[in-house]
Amino acid sequence: MSKAFFQVDDLNTWFFTRKGTIKSVRDISFDVSRGEVLGIVGESGSGKSVTGMSIMGQIDEPGRIVSGSISLNGEELTKLDFEEMRRYRGNRIAMVFQNPLMTLNPLMRVRDQMYEAIGAHEDVPRNAMHKRCIEALRAVGIPSPEERLNAYPHEMSGGMRQRVVIAIALLLGPDLIIADEPTTALDVTIQAQIIYQIRRQIDERGLGMIWITHDLSTLSELADRIMVMYAGAMMEIGTTEEIIGGARHPYTRKLLDSVPSRNVPGEKLKQIPGNMPSLMALGEGCPFASRCERVTEICREPVPATQLSDTHRIWCLHPFEN
Amino acid sequence: MFSFVLQRLVQSVIVVLILSIVLFVGVRLIGNPVDILISSEASEADRLAAIVALGLDKPLWEQYLTFLGNAVRGDWGTSFVYKEPVVGILLQRLPASLELGLVAFVLAVSISIPAGLYAGLRPQSPLGRGIMAFSLVGISIPTFWQGMLLIVAFGIALPILPVGDRGQLATHFGITSSLWTLDGWSHVIMPAFSLALLKMSLLMRVTRAATMEICRLDFVKFAYAKGVRNRKVVIGHILRNALVPLVTVTGIELGNLLAYGVITETVFSWPGLGKLLINSIKVLDRPMIVAQLTYTALLFIAINFLVDILHMAIDPRVKSVLRRRES
Ligand SMILES: Nc1ncnc2c1ncn2[C@@H]1O[C@H](COP(=O)(O)OP(=O)(O)OP(=O)(O)O)[C@@H](O)[C@H]1O
Ligand SMILES: [Mg+2]
Repeated sequence: MSKAFFQVDDLNTWFFTRKGTIKSVRDISFDVSRGEVLGIVGESGSGKSVTGMSIMGQIDEPGRIVSGSISLNGEELTKLDFEEMRRYRGNRIAMVFQNPLMTLNPLMRVRDQMYEAIGAHEDVPRNAMHKRCIEALRAVGIPSPEERLNAYPHEMSGGMRQRVVIAIALLLGPDLIIADEPTTALDVTIQAQIIYQIRRQIDERGLGMIWITHDLSTLSELADRIMVMYAGAMMEIGTTEEIIGGARHPYTRKLLDSVPSRNVPGEKLKQIPGNMPSLMALGEGCPFASRCERVTEICREPVPATQLSDTHRIWCLHPFEN
Repeated sequence: MFSFVLQRLVQSVIVVLILSIVLFVGVRLIGNPVDILISSEASEADRLAAIVALGLDKPLWEQYLTFLGNAVRGDWGTSFVYKEPVVGILLQRLPASLELGLVAFVLAVSISIPAGLYAGLRPQSPLGRGIMAFSLVGISIPTFWQGMLLIVAFGIALPILPVGDRGQLATHFGITSSLWTLDGWSHVIMPAFSLALLKMSLLMRVTRAATMEICRLDFVKFAYAKGVRNRKVVIGHILRNALVPLVTVTGIELGNLLAYGVITETVFSWPGLGKLLINSIKVLDRPMIVAQLTYTALLFIAINFLVDILHMAIDPRVKSVLRRRES
């Protein structure tokens, strides 16, 4: 695999609310290479979306990137001001959101929402924009793109709208796309089609992708590597084979067990007994300790990373043996 | 679109008809105008003559049909008090109320929407909090009280603005108004602000709430994620979507400003319709009351119609709902 062009190091993103500090993302580090899909998986509230929004530079008050570094092609993003970051957004890093019914402005034609994306970064005449939009829509498998371009979002199905959103994300040829549960709201066949289209685009264009999801079974088909998050922290990271076939962390094992069938994508995760600890009152130790069957006293102490292979890392003092 | 307009017109006619019946019967319940108009020493013969002269001897339904027939022809009856055609009196008073209401409306909208938008975008900022505090005060103070405070402050203590009446009038393009003269403006600005204050405060809060609600939505985050410039996101996405609820509220407020300036007109002795209505009710001038309330109803119907048209222009979903209903 080629060298990573995108790196996140020791990222901390916290929300300073009146009730206390919510440490949504704690010491997250990972990288992405060209043509690679990194999957991020974890229960609801584990900090996946906050990680994505941190990369976009779109953390709103009262939240803030407290420390850490995010770098794209060697450029440090956390130091940029609004205008400098704006030039990256949509241009070098694009994002796709979970709910296609909510991602497009209901009052604007698809065309205007696409033109706006190009116009934010390039000075292009209208007919050139038009051509580019048609190409982008065609690339994600949208039939009769001319018609779609004139449509309003409510005139299209959810699957079609998500394709439009993905087309917009691809429009300026970004280096990295962050997809935050892009197919969760869609039915299974549409999901499979869209995943196929995205994989093709990644391979053809050699772009990197971060795919955020609840659903390990989707990742097993799509991702090259998988990162497991829990309560804002990394639990385990490795290649898809290392995680799906040889997970060592008790939490990853629980996640895998709760997938009803590895062959049925799209189904929601079954609950692991117990609740995630409050992100405001986290101790020093492993956040999963309160729900873990293998817990002992030393789990209350800070847990160092253990490197199992070049690609496989784990934060656990009592991992499963292979 | 055409069938929508037609449908609305038919609906409006029905509403006005029902309303006129309710009004016609309603004013009869308030009291007998003959008792007020005729001195208590008048003979029984004088009394009967007055009743016949006012047409009150006929059965109610006949009175109503006569009224309706005349009304359609533009004759809204003769005021019991002024002994003049009601329409003439209304038209004489209307410009004063319209100019007060319109100035108040422009003031309210042009201040509240930018202020509410700002407060919604930056709810924690000092200015954002200040705007909310202002609107709370604006909502809490009774209109007659803040009106009197304004008079005391700017009319008496710091006598920079005249109090009472419309000031100098002028006629351009066939419209006689105080808004053509500087003196007229100096007269209208204080009552207009007083009248606008409550609506302004309400609109600020509605705008702020709508803005905050929309800011949370994914399409706003997506617009930023596309790299769209801040100003364009605020105007093209946030404000544009906020207009959907705002148009409705603003329409109602416009109707209120044009029709219910009673308190402000009284406090500032503004020679508009509000004072006329109160006086008409006091002396049971039935034709005056009926005509004014019908005018109010027509005003609201017209504004509602306008609001619907604006909704169609802003929100494409409204149009497709209509299209679906028609097919
Ligand atoms: N604007 C905010 N203010 C306060 N807390 C926030 C804010 N945004 C996120 N959080 C907190 O950060 C934590 C992580 O949220 P995040 O949205 O990243 O979870 P997630 O892993 O994406 O979950 P899901 O699978 O439900 O999308 C949550 O506990 C949430 O309460
Ligand atoms: Mg999320």
